[in-house]
Amino acid sequence: MSRDTALVSADWAEKNLDASGVVFVEVDEDTSAYDTGHIPGAIKLDWRNDLQDPVRRDFVNKQQFEALLSERGIGNDDTVILYGGNNNWFAAYAYWYFKLYGHGDVKLLDGGRKKWELDARTLTKDPVSRPATQYTAQEPDLSIRAFRDEVVAAIGTKNLVDVRSPDEFAGRLLAPAHLPQEQAQRAGHIPTAVSVPWSKAANEDGTFKSDDDLRQIYGEAGLDDSKATIAYCRIGERSSHTWFVLAELLGHQDVKNYDGSWTEYGSLVGVPVALGDEPGKA
Amino acid sequence: MTAVTSANTAAGCAAPDQAAPLPASVDLEKETVITGTVVADSGEAVAGAYVRLLDSTGEFTAEVVTSPEGLFRFFAAPGTWTLRALSRHGNGDATVTASQGINQVGVTVA
Repeated sequence: MSRDTALVSADWAEKNLDASGVVFVEVDEDTSAYDTGHIPGAIKLDWRNDLQDPVRRDFVNKQQFEALLSERGIGNDDTVILYGGNNNWFAAYAYWYFKLYGHGDVKLLDGGRKKWELDARTLTKDPVSRPATQYTAQEPDLSIRAFRDEVVAAIGTKNLVDVRSPDEFAGRLLAPAHLPQEQAQRAGHIPTAVSVPWSKAANEDGTFKSDDDLRQIYGEAGLDDSKATIAYCRIGERSSHTWFVLAELLGHQDVKNYDGSWTEYGSLVGVPVALGDEPGKA
Repeated sequence: MTAVTSANTAAGCAAPDQAAPLPASVDLEKETVITGTVVADSGEAVAGAYVRLLDSTGEFTAEVVTSPEGLFRFFAAPGTWTLRALSRHGNGDATVTASQGINQVGVTVA
């Protein structure tokens, strides 16, 4: 994978709004922004209501994913362009799902909704409907999804990348600073994890930094290219952003997203936790 | 029936509505709230501005989009923080030394 296959620019998007076989999809946890104006022709996916299982803590299974995409009118051969707010966090999470379920051609819009808005590009409230399809998903590709036992086993052996803010990493905050801080789980990070906040990979307009800059950032943080990597954050969406950078832009091999992330790990009984700004020992 | 969730549960990580009143569950004996309005040079409130909270080293901590009244709100910790606003009207910065409770700060963009 590379930037050319995984990412499109806002200029490209603007020129291809009506291109046949191209579907724009806005993905967010709070989809109210979509209703106030979206990219012309874009459909919406609600991260919580469409992409999470309504009962268990897990995301939609193969059948649910197939039903969702069929109903929204996305075909197996369509080029899917994902974008959203929150610096494309939830769009990156959806990208990871599309990859997990084997979609052929999926890309992120560089800069997401933020750059589109700051550039004052066209947004519309026009309703969008697409004819239903018969979408067929692949069995989930678990080579890109990490589970908790694997994460515990990775301490001191694989690259663990904590992409939360430095204060969350150190245990001084339990959640991003736009959310209240009272949470059930313990504060801190997985021992031996390096701290590379997701935001290091993005410019302030939400676009990704250049490949050279990205290589330098993860290199200086001590990510060992020869090892497998697991990225995590609080609930797995900011780490999807970093997973996208490492696996899809930089082409690293064997990169997994741990979607259980800190809300799971920080609640596990008996696992090691490190406090402070240093990775800590295995 | 839909499961009841709120923005501060494990399910969510996106920024909640910036104009909504502080939820009753927010304990101001514990929280350090940084809140204010983004205004243009003219003094007019700027809706839809992107406000980022940067820590004392300049590292990104959080980002929200201002409400129709130009409001933003962060839950931080005591210390020095920088607010950086991006908007179609221009960009601007402000610094705040926050303590426990509510800390008001305005950001002007030009």
